[in-house]
Amino acid sequence: MTSKTNGEVSAAGGGHGSEPESALATIARIQAGETQLFHALIRPVERAVYVMLFTLLRNESNAEDAAQEAFIKVYRNLHSFRGDAKFSTWVLSIARNEGLAFLRRQKTRPEEPLEAATDEDRGDYTPALLTDWREVPLEALERKELRQCLCQAILKLPPIYRDVVQLRDIDELDVQETANLLGITEGSVKVRLHRARAMLQKDLVLVMKDLAPKASGWRSLFGGRRG
Amino acid sequence: MKIDCKHVWDHISAYIDGDVDEALRAEIDRHLEHCEICSAVMDSTRNVVVLVADERIFEIPAGYSERLHERLDAVLRTELPLT
Repeated sequence: MTSKTNGEVSAAGGGHGSEPESALATIARIQAGETQLFHALIRPVERAVYVMLFTLLRNESNAEDAAQEAFIKVYRNLHSFRGDAKFSTWVLSIARNEGLAFLRRQKTRPEEPLEAATDEDRGDYTPALLTDWREVPLEALERKELRQCLCQAILKLPPIYRDVVQLRDIDELDVQETANLLGITEGSVKVRLHRARAMLQKDLVLVMKDLAPKASGWRSLFGGRRG
Repeated sequence: MKIDCKHVWDHISAYIDGDVDEALRAEIDRHLEHCEICSAVMDSTRNVVVLVADERIFEIPAGYSERLHERLDAVLRTELPLT
């Protein structure tokens, strides 16, 4: 989530850890009166904010409304950003709070209470065991139906698992950032991510199998194992 | 240390994230060499992780950015943020 606009604003996302000087400098300029720079400051993160709110609210219109409210809050609270975290992570945190407040107002999540599942829950998190798995060609992964299935699978994950998939695998925050943002331990992040991936694997494996050619052998999809 | 399938499944996510120690990684690698089921589980889970990161999974509504910046503009023109 890094961008440069007209040479004036850069690195809304930045690297790991604290915020690069440039974002802080841009914020100082905005506070000094160059308010239009805010547009460029948030462009790199506006997509991630929408996706986060869509996975939280599961409704396009509500997600867009909440995103607008979240960015207005970001603007009005720029003074409280000290650069201790990445600007993008700070924005996502504000957006998440906005989304949760929206849910509380709407009370539209009765089917998925936040305490529905806990890290102590010993549910069945074993993966789907495949006895006739075949290589899925890369072209198959480009299929829109596969992406749609995955989108639906993510949306139906219990909230505590959806949250970690959102932050770790979609927004690519690291474990510590995810833990801080969700207010949980790093261990919980890892446990929840492991379970979430197992649930998604179970949901998607049948679709992926259907996309595989019958004649292929037992080879790794991406031509070898990676760390 | 010799590990079984269940042990491998327990560490799949950490393995994909590079979050297992060298000894365990070597054991898992050895297991995967001869276990087709675990190889398939590993491959399919890795596929999921790769696919989830694909930006096209979630489509952004047409005009989202324009509407957002239009709304923000109204605020930016009338309010200075606190310092």
